[in-house]
Amino acid sequence: MSKTILTVDDSRTMRDMLMLALSNAGYNVVQAEDGMHGLEVLKEAQPDVIITDINMPRMDGFGFIEGVRGDGRHRAVPILVLTTESDAVKKDRARRAGATGWIVKPFDPVKLVEAIRRVAA
Amino acid sequence: MDAMAAIKQTFFQECEEQLGELETGLLVMEDGGNDPETVNAVFRAVHSIKGGAGAFNLDELVHFAHVFESVLDHLRAGRLTPSGDVLKTMLRAADMLADVVHAARDGQGADAARRDALAAELRAYDLCALGHEAGGDDEGVCGEEAGGVAFVPVAISFDDWDMDAAPAGHHFLIRFTPKPDLYAKANETALLLRELALLGETAVTCDHSRLPLLEDLDPEGSYLSWTIDLRTSQDEAAIRNVFEFVEWDCDLEIISQDAEPAVDGAALDALIEKMQTAVEAELGVTQDIAAAGQTRAVEPPVPQALSTPAGNKPETISSSQTTIRVDLDRVDRLINLVGELVINQAVLTQRMLEAGLARASGVANGLDELEQLTREIQDSVMAIRAQPVKSVFQRMPRLVREVAAMTGKSVRLTTEGENTEVDKTVIERLADPLTHMIRNAIDHGLESPEQRAAAGKPPEGQVHLSALHRSGRIVIEIADDGAGIDRSRVKALAAAKGLIPAEASLSDEEIDNLIFLPGFSTASTVSDISGRGVGMDVVRRSIQALGGRISIRSKPREGSTFTMSLPLTLAVLDGMVVTVAGETLVVPLTAIIETLQPRGASVHGYGGNARVIAIRDQFIPLIDIGRELEYRAEYADPARSVALLVETEGHMRSALLVDAILGQRQVVIKSLESNYQHVHGIAAATILGDGRVALILDVDAVVSGSRMADSGFDQLCATAG
Repeated sequence: MSKTILTVDDSRTMRDMLMLALSNAGYNVVQAEDGMHGLEVLKEAQPDVIITDINMPRMDGFGFIEGVRGDGRHRAVPILVLTTESDAVKKDRARRAGATGWIVKPFDPVKLVEAIRRVAA
Repeated sequence: MDAMAAIKQTFFQECEEQLGELETGLLVMEDGGNDPETVNAVFRAVHSIKGGAGAFNLDELVHFAHVFESVLDHLRAGRLTPSGDVLKTMLRAADMLADVVHAARDGQGADAARRDALAAELRAYDLCALGHEAGGDDEGVCGEEAGGVAFVPVAISFDDWDMDAAPAGHHFLIRFTPKPDLYAKANETALLLRELALLGETAVTCDHSRLPLLEDLDPEGSYLSWTIDLRTSQDEAAIRNVFEFVEWDCDLEIISQDAEPAVDGAALDALIEKMQTAVEAELGVTQDIAAAGQTRAVEPPVPQALSTPAGNKPETISSSQTTIRVDLDRVDRLINLVGELVINQAVLTQRMLEAGLARASGVANGLDELEQLTREIQDSVMAIRAQPVKSVFQRMPRLVREVAAMTGKSVRLTTEGENTEVDKTVIERLADPLTHMIRNAIDHGLESPEQRAAAGKPPEGQVHLSALHRSGRIVIEIADDGAGIDRSRVKALAAAKGLIPAEASLSDEEIDNLIFLPGFSTASTVSDISGRGVGMDVVRRSIQALGGRISIRSKPREGSTFTMSLPLTLAVLDGMVVTVAGETLVVPLTAIIETLQPRGASVHGYGGNARVIAIRDQFIPLIDIGRELEYRAEYADPARSVALLVETEGHMRSALLVDAILGQRQVVIKSLESNYQHVHGIAAATILGDGRVALILDVDAVVSGSRMADSGFDQLCATAG
């Protein structure tokens, strides 16, 4: 049974690229456009892994991760953040908010799948 | 199209949106808006563009966007004040970014010199902001990367350690004790062990000595630790990599069991721990790891005053509308089909009537319903393609900036009614006339700052662009607070060019309209902008080609206002079907004020064959359509004709003489130009219910054509009072 991955990113381009890389790797993909939308989607969906961007309108990645970790149903879901290479500050902030790991943008589809494997059974 | 190419297209579409957001946000900031969400949105726009660009290896774009992004980051973190100068540079950078994006999209080079110059300016702001940062110290921390502190990922790389010296496999002993946080972040030991197993051979033992009894067990606690004996051909860096995500949330020891370690394992561990603590304590610092074997004192990192990112505040939720993206081709095809459907329905109704079948009430009702439905479908479908004029208006601020810079004038553009909707067919043709008129307003309308000061006006000239719906059309106005039309100069120039007789007495309005005459241009030197052979006559003709009208109001020393009135769509038209000399014509309903049956007594001749009709104390010129369109040589008898009172640009009224009115109908517009050629006096064609082609009258063209031959009329008006 293939896994479901929730991707949260306000950039259509990024969403499309994630969709392409993940579906090629055999995952089901559910999408959201920002943190708030992501939380709404989580009311219905039960993803196995969440991949989220940090800079988003309405609710950014930090707020979103904190929201997920605070939700009884999803607090144990692995969350990977998309981060630009130079952002150690953001990475740490995401970690402290509860992120499981990270993927560097622009991402290499192979590394993407590796990171997912590292956090999901 | 392959998937990546499709995504690339999406990327460039998204770039347009982001560039729009960027400009809008910067303009708001320039206006004094200091809502943190605006700054964030501006930052995100550039950040997004950079992110996508990286994925497609558009290096020049990535570099420029990066420098730009750094400065914007300072702005949103409060490390840089958004002064007027800064924002002007930001706007110029935004324009440059747009150019670089388009260059990347079209495969051509952007102006490298200008780009690099701007990048240097941006870097200066970047360094300045960082300088303030380190306590006003000018030698701010500058990284290798252009324009910012280079943050190396904290996951430390050990490539320098030269651990790969031994080509044979390595043997490591790994001790791993997760802390509760590790689980809280949804990391799983099992998965880590699995990853380790991928590196080589592992033998794992678990130490559960600390595990309490069930009743004392905290389900979220961590009581286990593992020892992994690993034989691998990879180096320690690969092992560290496996634990990359969890390094802070566990105790990790990697002890090399190799016979001759290239590095003193204990010292290495000690260093790692020291660095981990240091890094954990002070964030975001570049650590340069020395060459193999050297232990280096960890330098106290430069303090970074991190202001709380404003991005955490949730925005006020705008009303969420679900939208979908549709290929424009599909919409166009749908509209064409619906157009055919409308024609078909009309033909069907006609045939039924002719065949006498409509007498059966059931059929008549059915036909009526069909017509209703068809109309509704058409309205709905047209609404799909209706777009707000915003997309055209959005290009104007940049144009204003460029023209203002070129003419050395100070200009402020305000807009209103950007959400006024109009069919896509009109929007596309709006940009050019609008551009010319705005250029004109700034170049000719507005005075230089010195002249304005002398006239007691604020040095900044105002240009106001507005759009609104009025009587079934869209009205777009461009108003400037400049010097207004210099009427004496215009009149003199027109006379000098032989466009009007030298002694002609013209009303103010008429003088103003002289600028629309072909061959009229007040630019004494053909300047780069307005004088490129594009005078107001070309503007007027392009607007008329859209079925629109343009007029001007001007007050000396106060300014001028150009008013464009355009149909809401170029696809359908409500028209009055008339006959003239046996031909069927359609006259756009929006132009018609009223229809009347002229009485012989009210028609007066004057000077030759010109005629006027007296309507409620006004003399209105009578235009014989049959003769104008050369359908016949004889003059129509007013008593046996119908007059359509129409209003054209500049509120001029005329009466069109036609033989009879057949009815009112909505018709589908078929372009004559694309199927045949342009014919003077005819705007387009349509297919009527009986299947015949009917021509749609270009009211403005007919009226102005007739008026030009008729200069005596105004004199008559003057004498008649």
